[in-house]
Amino acid sequence: MSDLEAFREEARAWLESNGPTSMHLPIPESEVVWGGRQEAFSNPDSRVWLERVSEQGWTVPTWPKEYGGAGLSKAEERVLTEEWRRARCRPALMSFGISMLGPVLLEYASEEQKREHLPKIARGEIRWCQGYSEPDFGSDLAGLQTKAVLVDDEYVVNGQKIWTSYADKSDWIFCLVRTDPAASKHDGISFLLFDMASPGVSVAPIQLISGSSPFSQTFFEDVRVPKANLVGTLNGGWTIAKRLLQHERAMISQMGLGLAGSSNQSIDALAKEYVGTENGQIEDSILRDRIAQHMMDNECYGTSLRRSMEEAKAGQGPGAASSMFKFYGTELNKQRYELLVSVLGTQGLGWEGEGFSEHELKTTREWLRSKGNSIEGGTSEIQLNIIAKRVLGLPD
Amino acid sequence: MSLVLTEEQELLRDTAREFVREQAPVAALRKLRDAEDPIGFSRELWSEMANLGWSGIIFPEEYGGAGLGYAELGVVMEELGRTLVANPMMSTVLLAGNAIALGGNETQKKDVLPSVCSGERLLAFAHQEGSRHQPYRVTTTAERDTDGYRISGEKTFVLDGHIADQLVVVARTSGELRDREGLTLFLVDVNADGISRTRTSMVDSRGYANIKLTNVSVERSAIVGDVDLGANVVDVVLDRATAALSAEMLGGFTEAFERTLTYLQTRVQFGAPIGSFQALKHRAAIMFCEIELSRSIVLDTLRAIDEDRDDVPSRVSTAKARCSDSYHLIGNEAVQMHGGIGVTDEEEIGFFLKRARVSQQTLGDAAYHRRRFASLRGF
Ligand SMILES: Cc1cc2nc3c(=O)[nH]c(=O)nc-3n(C[C@H](O)[C@H](O)[C@H](O)COP(=O)(O)OP(=O)(O)OC[C@H]3O[C@@H](n4cnc5c(N)ncnc54)[C@H](O)[C@@H]3O)c2cc1C
Repeated sequence: MSDLEAFREEARAWLESNGPTSMHLPIPESEVVWGGRQEAFSNPDSRVWLERVSEQGWTVPTWPKEYGGAGLSKAEERVLTEEWRRARCRPALMSFGISMLGPVLLEYASEEQKREHLPKIARGEIRWCQGYSEPDFGSDLAGLQTKAVLVDDEYVVNGQKIWTSYADKSDWIFCLVRTDPAASKHDGISFLLFDMASPGVSVAPIQLISGSSPFSQTFFEDVRVPKANLVGTLNGGWTIAKRLLQHERAMISQMGLGLAGSSNQSIDALAKEYVGTENGQIEDSILRDRIAQHMMDNECYGTSLRRSMEEAKAGQGPGAASSMFKFYGTELNKQRYELLVSVLGTQGLGWEGEGFSEHELKTTREWLRSKGNSIEGGTSEIQLNIIAKRVLGLPD
Repeated sequence: MSLVLTEEQELLRDTAREFVREQAPVAALRKLRDAEDPIGFSRELWSEMANLGWSGIIFPEEYGGAGLGYAELGVVMEELGRTLVANPMMSTVLLAGNAIALGGNETQKKDVLPSVCSGERLLAFAHQEGSRHQPYRVTTTAERDTDGYRISGEKTFVLDGHIADQLVVVARTSGELRDREGLTLFLVDVNADGISRTRTSMVDSRGYANIKLTNVSVERSAIVGDVDLGANVVDVVLDRATAALSAEMLGGFTEAFERTLTYLQTRVQFGAPIGSFQALKHRAAIMFCEIELSRSIVLDTLRAIDEDRDDVPSRVSTAKARCSDSYHLIGNEAVQMHGGIGVTDEEEIGFFLKRARVSQQTLGDAAYHRRRFASLRGF
């Protein structure tokens, strides 16, 4: 038996004996664990589950053991993911720390910073938010104006961020600040970490069209941050910022697979139920055509993700692949919700209350939420700009 | 099977690319067209392709083939698509040849395949009737008579039908117009009494024919596969040919896109390369994404055939639908982005637009394959 197969058996056995049925999928939104000081563990089993999984190093399987990971290879990680899916276990922890910050800390942070922050991310002790966008600098992120000035051994931060997802629920922020106002815009930015409980930080939630309020305006007034909290080099933050965006885009790209969302039923099955059938075919032939097209696109997309992974392993592949997947995946996800709402008819347009099933109401809200997919993490237009420039080499 | 080319496949691609660039650039197609070449492709070129092993690439070695897979075939088809090489791969190898290889008996295979592999014999698949691909919609009949069958009917859009030595004819031996059951395949000599062939001149400058069969008499030994169960062969043949055509199309629109990209970088207006205009940049980036997705599905579909996977039919339809849409988009955008020169006969980009449209329609357009996909998935 190969080492990989041995690992598969080990993982399977572990999941079987440690993953209680209460921790199987599906996972209601209220039970998703994001960790951090405010985590309430609305289902107490999820606390135990998180402890067990992080004990194994499996919340961040490929990170080195000394930082809370399990030191797995990519191949082993794939096996673990497969077994996880097979066992229908829930993810133990969702976090920006895992998907965005951790990878850049591994690449750019000092040993001390890694030891300080990575294990807490891995165990879900600290929840992170992303302080990038500002009211006047969204797509043009590098123009950001939030300032950090070194006074003695501390940076004093002043300015405002916006669209900070889960700022009100987060413990720490990774924040882009201007440390050299005289330099050209890409060259005066630094990457700073600080505690959201620091004096001078305040947060004002903003409501989305979907009714939920996952993000905030975040204000900094003379926030004092230890000098040691700067990652990488002073004024060298833009490189780290861009790399983090690649990780963020890769994460958002997974949406294209249509795995997220509240429905267990596939779109064609829903269409058969809501629209009706004639000789086993969805009665509305145009809708049928659009659903087929969408499912095919989805499969092409999934196959492309697979190819890109295999090419990366073989040391080839387009450099700006993450922009392509970000663009295509989020457009696909939006299209999927457009179709779902079409399929549900007026049942897909309820806001709340009687007359609609829970699943219908959720689909409506998710449809509205999906509109943000092609904006967050860099808009679709920005991704196309990046592809045109970096992949196609078209001139400015 | 990995979606990354192996070293051998890369070598094959490089050989094929060099060969078509030197021996069969787009200019060669123009020459055939302008000379009103009666064959529609170069027999000399076909002999050389046979020498390279391409005419028998998917056939077993015992019949003179190379015994390779569809992954390798796809590499060659893609390169042939890049310069729009007129050639009988589809007609002789993938359609009619495959019908013999997959449905024929030992005698038929021994008789036909070696001369196909050597490049000497040309075949055609006389299947479509009317103006579109509807595989079971066959009115051509084959009626029993004392020694065998008499075939009558009219076939359209028969690839290379005008110069084939033999035809594989799909005829109805029982059942109703759209029934899957009741179809039978016959291997028919073109010199048989009652066959008349008219070459049709089409926009992509390749060779096609309408073929009329009037009481064409064939012996029982001409039957390929089982009587009434021809669809079992037809389905598999069409899937494989469609996958190969998708690979050819992928080569075509990749080339059309790359040519357009060069133009965007070099053509100057308003004192700047036109590729600096965002209206064009974004459309180019979208085309790039479409090509990447197309490439993934084509590669996987070819490998699905080699692995004999259950999802071959739905993968094939996904690949053909996507490649049809991509070629359609890129063919049109390529012409538009070339401006006035794009709509001249002198500029080669128009040849891609023309081939795009014909290949889209060949073996079912995108809408056909979406309907088929929906049916395969049970909705
Ligand atoms: C749900 C959600 C969550 C988010 N979470 C966070 C977070 O946690 N942290 C954070 O820092 N930010 C977050 N954001 C912010 C997000 O990154 C920005 O909204 C995004 O980068 C766009 O900036 P903007 O909103 O200022 O739009 P603008 O930049 O003003 O864009 C407006 C329109 O102009 C277009 N446009 C702009 N520039 C160009 C150009 N050069 N070429 C062509 N078109 C252009 C855009 O594509 C868009 O259509 C979040 C956003 C959303 C929707």
